[in-house]
Amino acid sequence: MENITDYYKSERAQEWRADIRKSVKVKERTSKERTKMPEQEPTVRNKNSLEVNLGLTEKIALKEAQRCIDCPDPTCVKGCPVNIYIPKFIKKIEIGDFLGAATVLKDTNTLPAVCGRVCPQEKQCEAQCFYTIKLNQPAVAIGFLERFAADYERNSGKTAIPEVAEPNGIKVASIGSGPASLAWSADMVKMGYDVTVFEALHEIGGVLKYGIPEFRLPNSVVDFEIDNLEKMGVKFVKNFVVGKTATIDDLRAKGFKAFFVGSGAGLPRFMNIPGENSIGIFSSNEYLTRVNLMGAAKDDYDTPVIIGKNVAVVGGGNTAMDSVRTAKRLGAERAMIIYRRSREEMPARLEEVHHAIDEEIEFLNLNNPVEYIADDKGRVQKVVLQKMELGEPDASGRRRPIPIEGSEYEIEVDEVVVAVGVSPNPLIPATVAGLETTKWGTIVVNDDLQSSVEDIFAGGDIVRGGATVILAMGDGRKAAEAMDKYIKEKIKN
Amino acid sequence: MNKIVEKEQFSENVFKLVVEAPDVAVSRKAGHFVIIKIGDKGERIPLTIAGSNPDKGTIDLVIQRVGVTSHKLTSLNVGDEITDLVGPLGKATHIEKFGTVLAACGGVGTAPMLPIIEALKKAGNKVITVLAARNKELIILEDQVRQFSDEVVIMTDDGSYGTKGLVTKGMEDIINREKVDKSIVIGPAIMMKFAALTTKKYNIPTEASLNTIMVDGTGMCGACRISVGGKTKFVCVDGPEFDAHQVDFDEMLMRLGAYKNEEVRAFEAYMNN
Ligand SMILES: Cc1cc2nc3c(=O)[nH]c(=O)nc-3n(C[C@H](O)[C@H](O)[C@H](O)COP(=O)(O)OP(=O)(O)OC[C@H]3O[C@@H](n4cnc5c(N)ncnc54)[C@H](O)[C@@H]3O)c2cc1C
Ligand SMILES: Cc1cc2nc3c(=O)[nH]c(=O)nc-3n(C[C@H](O)[C@H](O)[C@H](O)COP(=O)(O)OP(=O)(O)OC[C@H]3O[C@@H](n4cnc5c(N)ncnc54)[C@H](O)[C@@H]3O)c2cc1C
Ligand code: FES
Repeated sequence: MENITDYYKSERAQEWRADIRKSVKVKERTSKERTKMPEQEPTVRNKNSLEVNLGLTEKIALKEAQRCIDCPDPTCVKGCPVNIYIPKFIKKIEIGDFLGAATVLKDTNTLPAVCGRVCPQEKQCEAQCFYTIKLNQPAVAIGFLERFAADYERNSGKTAIPEVAEPNGIKVASIGSGPASLAWSADMVKMGYDVTVFEALHEIGGVLKYGIPEFRLPNSVVDFEIDNLEKMGVKFVKNFVVGKTATIDDLRAKGFKAFFVGSGAGLPRFMNIPGENSIGIFSSNEYLTRVNLMGAAKDDYDTPVIIGKNVAVVGGGNTAMDSVRTAKRLGAERAMIIYRRSREEMPARLEEVHHAIDEEIEFLNLNNPVEYIADDKGRVQKVVLQKMELGEPDASGRRRPIPIEGSEYEIEVDEVVVAVGVSPNPLIPATVAGLETTKWGTIVVNDDLQSSVEDIFAGGDIVRGGATVILAMGDGRKAAEAMDKYIKEKIKN
Repeated sequence: MNKIVEKEQFSENVFKLVVEAPDVAVSRKAGHFVIIKIGDKGERIPLTIAGSNPDKGTIDLVIQRVGVTSHKLTSLNVGDEITDLVGPLGKATHIEKFGTVLAACGGVGTAPMLPIIEALKKAGNKVITVLAARNKELIILEDQVRQFSDEVVIMTDDGSYGTKGLVTKGMEDIINREKVDKSIVIGPAIMMKFAALTTKKYNIPTEASLNTIMVDGTGMCGACRISVGGKTKFVCVDGPEFDAHQVDFDEMLMRLGAYKNEEVRAFEAYMNN
């Protein structure tokens, strides 16, 4: 593509686009209200594990697609970390070519059905939408439409398995099977490589499986994508911890020519406050893994989980929202968020915060736990909270929380989930000689996502710390392109 | 899927399984463990690798039946498959020539001890092993232990075999008799707590191999966390062996009881089926 602006111009000038643009007046387009996502009733859904958002119907999707005025300078595209050609896919929806819309999405996004559900659109594409920046009106519901097109394709039974090049017999491997590795594997297999994905757990999908709950991202959506990758020829090896079961050196000896490390940021952080090892206090990773990956809340599964009546979840991110809403669904009478800043500073997706409020989650903002008190059996009974106030903005640009001395008080809890962040998985850095890392333990890479060891590329959370699905996926694709170049160079020399 | 190729019953509740796991058989060292899961709805439980045969691509597991998963596992037979098996996990035991090493095993703790004394013996140590259990029936792997020990002392609570008394008595008799440079203790948490107190009295550096509750075994969840010297550690990646004099065994015992009610209920349901 010579020049992206020229490309957008020529695409936009195509007859079908011009026709559909003209078919409805701009004024009429902008006078329509943003669609509401049909969802399960809050008091019904907070007792089940079914998906909250039901998805747009064809009729609503068409109506929402009409809101998009097909700007000459599509600022939304710049807001998207993988630059999905947004106006094109939306106009495809408007002309009723839903499968065509899905194809546009897949040009740049390997997992649109996932991203349509979990991307923080309000900070990305929708933040840069014409409606947001010029009209000061609610953005076009780009995320809803992305999900609509991807779901339509999946449910149509007409999903085309992408063509793959003639096998070149060159073995490459990824470490981990999260979104970064899945996107990487798709591109590599398309280029003809012999692709193996190694995963430590007994399920493929990384956080998409063990972290994000069913009510937000059904496993069936993820499994569908994994099945397609398998059909394209990607080999998945579960229960294989690279660095333990075999080292990267062992794999080199078995003929693997290059590696993509997508091992994520899976290590839970605790706050190291008194009483934190009491029974009933979990990391969000443990809590969500028990429920999502191990089926702990279902009768016929062997893994247990404690079902709390008064559950406190510490943190303000997506992980905290997922945990607290899970606790409510498992029967908590009080499910509370405890967060040291105010609601505005919470890093979670806006939609999740709204959903949580509707589902009767309590928010204890400007509160921070300082101690846990247990009963004589060691089970957590109370949390001591300290009140906070906001001071000057800190490095993250958010106002810094400052404890108010003497404001401590206790509340009763029988279960606590700590969701205050994660750290990179140290296993790969620890077992590969010469692999450079930062002081936070993330792997150092160049612009091509190549590490200090030439046959090792890396992306996703192991490079960025805790980030997002779309960024991880974008990294996987970028690394695939660079790895292909690297391997071809190697062969030439 | 990992096929079971041999099965042996040591006592009423203790079984040995030899399982196909070619990669693990090659890469494992003394002190490593695996996590297994049976069926799609099973739970993940940790088991020490008691031995391996890299040529045949097999590992040995010694399992004591206590609850649902250990019952399910020991009811599998030769030719059956274990749905999921991952490893080797944890840090390998630090092996060097210490001099005289006192290895104290309680019950099924003998199984994880076996590869450790084998490695210690090969490193040139004098190995004295105390095998302790409630009764004669529960003393396992005695012949194998003798192979790698300079001396074996057997202790039973009821005196049905060896000397009557607790593991700590057996240990103290030896410590009072000769100089011990290093001790390793593996068994139920309560046994390790008292064994550690015993060696602390005599200032003998001691390692304990901890058997906390685990989920993933890769450092991802913190279910296995314990306090060592006042700091929180993850047994699955920082251990399973730790300085026994620094371990907060009371906290560990408490955390082991986290799911007591759920486990009892699950076990009753399983047995009634
Ligand atoms: C509860 C929760 C909710 C979230 N919600 C959102 C959201 O709404 N929107 C959003 O954009 N982002 C969200 N995120 C963040 C997002 O999920 C991550 O940024 C993303 O999954 C990172 O992808 P990844 O491929 O880098 O790694 P991961 O998804 O973390 O996958 C890494 C995989 O590698 C495996 N692995 C690690 N080490 C090894 C090894 N040595 N050998 C073999 N396998 C190994 C791990 O077991 C894991 O399966 C959420 C995260 C969590 C935890
Ligand atoms: C690193 C490590 C290595 C281990 N190696 C072995 C081994 O080689 N052989 C072996 O038989 N066991 C070993 N264990 C213990 C084994 O994992 C547990 O016995 C098993 O998880 C019990 O599962 P279950 O479903 O059968 O019983 P559960 O239903 O989970 O428990 C039944 C009863 O056993 C108790 N219990 C549960 N977990 C443990 C535990 N970790 N230790 C002691 N008691 C427990 C419970 O309190 C309960 O009373 C090891 C544990 C760890 C952490
Ligand atoms: S078992 Fe999950 S961190 Fe150790």
